[in-house]
Amino acid sequence: MKRKTQTIHFYLFILPWILGFLIFSLYPILASLFYSFTDYNITSSPVFVGLKNYITAFHDEIFWRSIKATLYYTALSVPVGLLLSLIFALLLNQLAVGKGLFRTLMYLPSMVSGVSMSLLWVWIFNPQYGMANYFLSLFGVQGPAWLSSETWAVPSLIIMSFWTTGEGMVLFIAALQGVPRSLNEAALLDGANWFDRFCNVTMPMISPVFMFQLIINVINSFQVFTQAFVMTQGGPHYATTFYVYNIYQNAFVDFKMGYASALSWMLLIVVMVVTALIMKFSNKYVYYEGGENG
Amino acid sequence: MNAQTVRNGSRKKAKAGSVIGILVLIFITIIMLFPIFIMITTSLKSLGEIFQFPPSIIPKNPSLDNYVNVFKTLNFLPYFKNSILVSACVVVGTLLSSSLVAFGFSRYDAPGKKLLFMLLLATMMIPYPSIMIPQFLLFNQLQWIDTLKPLVVPAFFGSAYMVFLLKQFFGSLNNELFDAARIDGCNEFRVYRKIALPLCKPALATVAIFSFIWSWDDLLSPVIYLNSTENYTLPVLLASMTSKFRVPPWNTMMSAALLTALPCMLLFIFCQKYFVEGIVTTGLKG
Repeated sequence: MKRKTQTIHFYLFILPWILGFLIFSLYPILASLFYSFTDYNITSSPVFVGLKNYITAFHDEIFWRSIKATLYYTALSVPVGLLLSLIFALLLNQLAVGKGLFRTLMYLPSMVSGVSMSLLWVWIFNPQYGMANYFLSLFGVQGPAWLSSETWAVPSLIIMSFWTTGEGMVLFIAALQGVPRSLNEAALLDGANWFDRFCNVTMPMISPVFMFQLIINVINSFQVFTQAFVMTQGGPHYATTFYVYNIYQNAFVDFKMGYASALSWMLLIVVMVVTALIMKFSNKYVYYEGGENG
Repeated sequence: MNAQTVRNGSRKKAKAGSVIGILVLIFITIIMLFPIFIMITTSLKSLGEIFQFPPSIIPKNPSLDNYVNVFKTLNFLPYFKNSILVSACVVVGTLLSSSLVAFGFSRYDAPGKKLLFMLLLATMMIPYPSIMIPQFLLFNQLQWIDTLKPLVVPAFFGSAYMVFLLKQFFGSLNNELFDAARIDGCNEFRVYRKIALPLCKPALATVAIFSFIWSWDDLLSPVIYLNSTENYTLPVLLASMTSKFRVPPWNTMMSAALLTALPCMLLFIFCQKYFVEGIVTTGLKG
């Protein structure tokens, strides 16, 4: 086919995405940058206020609390979740039979995602009649008030997040199956024990998948919303007012579109910086087969 | 010690290890499934039985009354219809648009293609909360607030994840097939429609399943766009229930939560093959 016809066909076929990109990605990004420098409550037109919204954010106690809550949640749920899914995958990968069955059963809770899962855990964490405190009572422990306790609200949500480690596990299983048998056998003949083989063979081979999951999980947990909306409404006393929940409140409850846009732009920048940092940092540790460095 | 004895020794160890491994896995699986078990048993209990301490593990008089109540008192059916309507439209839109775009990216060479593909990948990183406000204002201008349109229309403009997944698949198809069709006089759209699409049915199934689940579970955008109760999708209905009751009837709510989760769970159980493929190709999640 001639180059010119190819070009025409290419642009015709990808036209839907180009339009979508312009309308639903590029325009919103630029527009929210613009709105972030304005006062805008939808009913009257936006008024330019310069950096006011950004300065307000830095003096806003709820803004700092939302960052603290989000980082707290991320710092515990992501690494522990990754570790658990890796352990589950390693255990599963050793099985000669029943791999598929265990994988199905362990992934199933991830399918009850979102609101149903949240409602279920509100019930489990019910301080009086919930299963969580019943279990603790079997060991003679008086359980906390969980979601209605300022100290325990975020840890409750972190605990709940571990029931979706099946997702990461599936990715790790796929990665583990890609580790060449010959490498492990060679290491075995050299007298390497289980731990040595894990550190020097398995881990380097699956490190790109590990990296990828780390980035995706950090980005996702920066955007945690459903749990706060359904289970705690940001409380008690702002304990679970996560960053995106705070954006939602400002934009769609208080209609402070300008301020909320400033918050959402900061989220965009943070997500990009974190992604870049993790990728840069990982270049040192991640092994890409074929010596490709990226 | 020669290689053989090393192997035999480690085989014995491996055998003992795998027995312990299986036991640990069974234990973990029970823990992982326990919340779902609680959801099911709670949905079969009476109101009196759920507010009881210690809670019963197995319901004393299991009954399906709560499921009847989901339809009678919670008026579940209209919301179920809304959810089905939204998810079905999103699936159709995503399939159409993403397959066209992916076909374009995989079969033609053109100036600017590399850059555009990089842009496509970059849009996967954009957090939805960062762009939801201008999107909302845009749909507000169109007077689409409190309709299902804002939840459906963007799907017809391609999803970056799905384009990526389908592009991988189209790229693996044999070029000769397409050339043969062209020689037979097919135009490019016919080649896409008659050759490419039928060949990538499994990948299309993966796309359909994932876009269904994402749209079915979505809470943030319906919460933003839907104001009147009659327009709610199931997640919004469930989310509004906690504040509706002074003492929530957890048994009925668990029935509703289970019924809401059921389509995705069934899809997963019966279409696992496509799931694993999708997760592994793109790293996307259910």
